[in-house]
Amino acid sequence: MPDMGQESLADFRAEIADWIDRTAPASLRDRAFSEDDICWGGKRWVFTSDDQKVWLEACAERGLTAPTWPEAYGGAGFSRAQDKIFKEEMDRLRVKKPLDSFGLWMLGPALLAFGTEEQKRHFLPQITRGEVRWCQGYSEPGAGSDLASVQTRAEDMGDHWLVNGSKIWTSYADKADWIFALVRTDRDAPKHRGISFMLIDMESEGVTTKPIRLISGKSPFCETFFDNVRVPKSYGEGLSAIVGEQNRGWDVAKHLLTHEREMIGGGGSGLTGGRSVASVLADEGQDDPVIMGRAMKLGVDELAMNLTLDRYKDMAKQGGVGNASAMLKYYGTELNKARFELLMSAGGSDALAWEGPYGTLAPEWLRTKANSIEGGTSEVMLDILAKRVLELPGD
Amino acid sequence: MAMLIPTEDETMLRDAARGFLDDAAPVANLRANRDQGRAFDPDLWAEMVKMGWAGVLVGEDEGGSDMGFAAANILAEEMGRTLVASPFLSSAVIAASALRAAGRPAGAIASGDVTYALAVDEGPKFAPAATAMQASADGNGFRLSGTKTFVGEGTSATRILVLAKAEAGLTLFDLEADRVGLTRDKLDLVDSRDHAALTFDNVQATGEDVVGEVGQGLAALAPALRAGHAALAAELTGLSAGAFGITAAYLKERRQFGRRIGSFQALQHRAAHLWCEIEVSASTILNAGRVLDATPDEADLAVSLAKARATETANLAVREGVQMHGGIGMTDEYDMGFYMKRARVAAEWLGDYGYHAAVVARARGMAA
Repeated sequence: MPDMGQESLADFRAEIADWIDRTAPASLRDRAFSEDDICWGGKRWVFTSDDQKVWLEACAERGLTAPTWPEAYGGAGFSRAQDKIFKEEMDRLRVKKPLDSFGLWMLGPALLAFGTEEQKRHFLPQITRGEVRWCQGYSEPGAGSDLASVQTRAEDMGDHWLVNGSKIWTSYADKADWIFALVRTDRDAPKHRGISFMLIDMESEGVTTKPIRLISGKSPFCETFFDNVRVPKSYGEGLSAIVGEQNRGWDVAKHLLTHEREMIGGGGSGLTGGRSVASVLADEGQDDPVIMGRAMKLGVDELAMNLTLDRYKDMAKQGGVGNASAMLKYYGTELNKARFELLMSAGGSDALAWEGPYGTLAPEWLRTKANSIEGGTSEVMLDILAKRVLELPGD
Repeated sequence: MAMLIPTEDETMLRDAARGFLDDAAPVANLRANRDQGRAFDPDLWAEMVKMGWAGVLVGEDEGGSDMGFAAANILAEEMGRTLVASPFLSSAVIAASALRAAGRPAGAIASGDVTYALAVDEGPKFAPAATAMQASADGNGFRLSGTKTFVGEGTSATRILVLAKAEAGLTLFDLEADRVGLTRDKLDLVDSRDHAALTFDNVQATGEDVVGEVGQGLAALAPALRAGHAALAAELTGLSAGAFGITAAYLKERRQFGRRIGSFQALQHRAAHLWCEIEVSASTILNAGRVLDATPDEADLAVSLAKARATETANLAVREGVQMHGGIGMTDEYDMGFYMKRARVAAEWLGDYGYHAAVVARARGMAA
């Protein structure tokens, strides 16, 4: 879509706001939303209300579950400016987004970049309509920060792959229909050159999952086991089970990790939603100068980070950010952890209950500790920046 | 919404400025100035005037280049990189913004015929609202008495913008530096630049000398401070990048324990963290320029955010700069010390971290 002038963007804003206002069911508006309110789609999804279903279908119809994807694949073909306006109007009208999923965040961008035309036309609309729910199979018990050492292997059996091994930290694996996984398809090649990015049906025989309990309590994380799982080499004409080239899955994974880092970094901001430290202090009638001072510094850093996210989006549009996106992940997640530390300090003993005056602040605080671990630890991010961006020596 | 990336014109301006300054004003010039006991090189300033830098915020009808605030920030940032001393901030940014907003002629700034200093501080911290210097009524005019300190370009400027308290309230005056009763004493500060303490002993001023309205001095000063905060923040960001560049190069070259020290993860992570801080601060500078150019009266948050971030980042950049250089970083012979000293002075000038963080907090509705 060509760049629109200010005037047509204003028209666009008026039009999309009007549509949201007319279409979004009242029960999905004007209130605080918890994680449970979000529709993740999939074959086994149980809608929490008829309205949730109506809203998903109405948005999917207009491509609004994936606004920036091309219309041919179930998106709305929005420009970045339009997408920003759409999100602003959704926020302003206090409407929750119709669908959230790893398909939208992760697999979609990977398919758009590496998929065949058939793969895009087959898999992407299933995601935008919320019909198929995906999970990500990257980490393994023996391959955490050193992700490229994955050992789950796929043996070439002629017409199919035989997959054996296990994945860990597979979020919502117990609720997902399909998994995109990194599997070793060449055991003799150097470790980065023997991995393929494979699409596997979770209903295949031999796939089992087991939930993982975290320090923050119940979690969406699972372990996923593959025991002699037969994966067809092709799901139809042009529909290879592998995205991108065989044995070059690391390229796809790296692309996706870069994308994921931007998402997680962006999630670190506390400016558009959630509690502010100042509001908690005010509720508690506190004016502890040390907490106030820390809150002021955090405020400065959060605003600066938000501008940096905007700037990097503009840079990405102009031709790419590359490894520098590790900065967004590192800085954004560290800020988010600092914010929750401060919220806990501000809330005092009122914040200590699993559920209390500040809702589920305590488990949320505990959960933020994973921000700087998942998707590449802060230390790995700093390694990437030091080696790839600053080009500091390896020896 | 203007993009938070440089336009083609801005990139060209930056390249031109860097090309010129790398050649004409490397850090060695600061050392030479210091050793000769002068705060800046007048010939270098004359060159900048010729390139239109002195008139960057002066209208074209007055002979200015009128490139705008984002452009002024770019020039300040490039000067920060090699610690270039000049009247640019005090004259071309601060004074030009005050005069222009008040509808006073500013062509003499663009032509380099005058240079300005801003005299606000009376104590160790920046607090314009607490100004105590008296401007007592004297017939139709005023008599100014009191002292000002930490006046940048204070000994060399040919004109002074000074904030004083009249009966109607704080008032901003625009005076020749050689007016009777005004004495200037050089302050020998760590950054080896031109700073002065000013003493006003019954200095006469008329209504003609008032910038804006009598009693509205803070309003008259506001546009100048916004521009100054942003440009000083830009200078500090350039300074951070300059210090970081020298440090990163050293990490790649210095060998100990048989390896280049940049191969040690302890140093790699600290360098990478510093780089992140510089990147995040750079966004606030770009933003401040954009907001100043679009809606200058609503730029308080943007410029204070920039000054707060840039101050803190520069502080980290120079501390890491010295530490990662080890002993040589402590020597006068090496340039890193100059970066540290300028960063400290610029941290205090026009409001320190706490001053600007409080502006940000108030703008976000936090009681601070």
